[in-house]
Amino acid sequence: MATSEVKVLGSWPSPYAMRPRIALNLKSVDYEYIDEKLWEGKSQLLLQSNPVHKKIPVLIHGDRKPICESLIIVQYIDEAWSSGPSILPSDPYDRAVARFWAAYLDDKWFPAVKSVGVAKGEEAKKAAIAQVEEGLALMEEALGGCSKGKGFFGGDEIGYLDIAFGSFLGWLRVTERFNDMKQLDEGKTPGLVEWADRFSSHAAVKDVMPDTDKLAEFGKMVIAKIRAAGAAAEMH
Amino acid sequence: MERGVVLLDFWPSMFGMRTRIALAEKEIKYEYREEDLRNKSDLLLQMNPVHKKIPVLIHNGKPVCESLNQVQYIDEVWNDRAPLLPANTYKRANARFWADFVDKKIYDLGSKIWRTKGEEQEAAKKEFIDCLKLLEGELGDNHYFGGKDFGYVDVALVPFYCWFYAYEQCGNFSIEAECPKLIAWAKRCMQKESVAKSLADQEKIYEFVLHLKKVFGIE
Repeated sequence: MATSEVKVLGSWPSPYAMRPRIALNLKSVDYEYIDEKLWEGKSQLLLQSNPVHKKIPVLIHGDRKPICESLIIVQYIDEAWSSGPSILPSDPYDRAVARFWAAYLDDKWFPAVKSVGVAKGEEAKKAAIAQVEEGLALMEEALGGCSKGKGFFGGDEIGYLDIAFGSFLGWLRVTERFNDMKQLDEGKTPGLVEWADRFSSHAAVKDVMPDTDKLAEFGKMVIAKIRAAGAAAEMH
Repeated sequence: MERGVVLLDFWPSMFGMRTRIALAEKEIKYEYREEDLRNKSDLLLQMNPVHKKIPVLIHNGKPVCESLNQVQYIDEVWNDRAPLLPANTYKRANARFWADFVDKKIYDLGSKIWRTKGEEQEAAKKEFIDCLKLLEGELGDNHYFGGKDFGYVDVALVPFYCWFYAYEQCGNFSIEAECPKLIAWAKRCMQKESVAKSLADQEKIYEFVLHLKKVFGIE
């Protein structure tokens, strides 16, 4: 298979863009990675490939129409390269559980993580932090249920929920650093602390996980921009 | 906990209707339990502690939450009849994309149409129609979003049809005038027993919306 038959459009700080890359790595599929610098504007290729949402990641597989939305892409990769290790569990109930938690993380938990950085005032910040910790407690319990004593949500190997959750670890660490606190804590979520190390050092993940220092620098820039936009809006 | 299938639901919910349609398509016998959302049952709170929302599908005592999750689960467990997701991998990804699009856009925009007035309502109406037009584009000249056969995206979208009348009344516009192909599609779906029996009556939905507007103090 030619390297350019499979392309991923992504952006290095994006947790969502990590997901298809981890999935392709798990399946040992060669691909071309195209990095979009979204803060400089969106490329023609991106706008053409995802006209509906205009967002990364996008998977381009041969001459098929592009596939969008990170978790939909991961499921596609799992099904298209079915001879590789399975990413979704085989049992329908376990699949429903994995999908449920991935949706929870995307819709509720990660927005709370993001809001810690831009929360206005101490009260709002405390509320956001509480939501993040509540989510981690839920995920600690889910890990126990899904892993069935093994190392990952997917069992012996990384699976769908590991990918969905693990892709947020970089930003979680940055949030911990900026707010001088430990949310992934050996005392409260020991299972998750070990899982996070195991996930981050996995062969399919380590080259795709952004360096925390680099991400922190990028994070400072984003927060500054958001604050400036907020201040400007308030001035009018 | 009993064996079999139980659905915790609320009659006007478009999300609950998706699961009802899927169960009907597969001819699965189930127990329907109506929830009073102002007084949620212990069972609901136990089965969906994270979101405390309907619908909840309970199969052999184990809960499945989130409507599209339930539809996929039903399709995978009862995989010997009336397939909802396409067999082709690419088409499956495409179906999931459009169902996700419906989830991201249609409910919130529809809600804005009946909850707001003036400029905010006009903006919501415009975006709502734009989204329906995108869906019409995806439908093309097909009988259903699933092609020849009724499928996953049809299930995801068609419950909103029984809310269109309420949106039109509150927003003072005609969806059919803007999106005739989509309305034709919806009427085609309504000829299926699984859909006709699962959707609520549009007049009752409108009454319900008027009641909600009173409760929330919206004019």
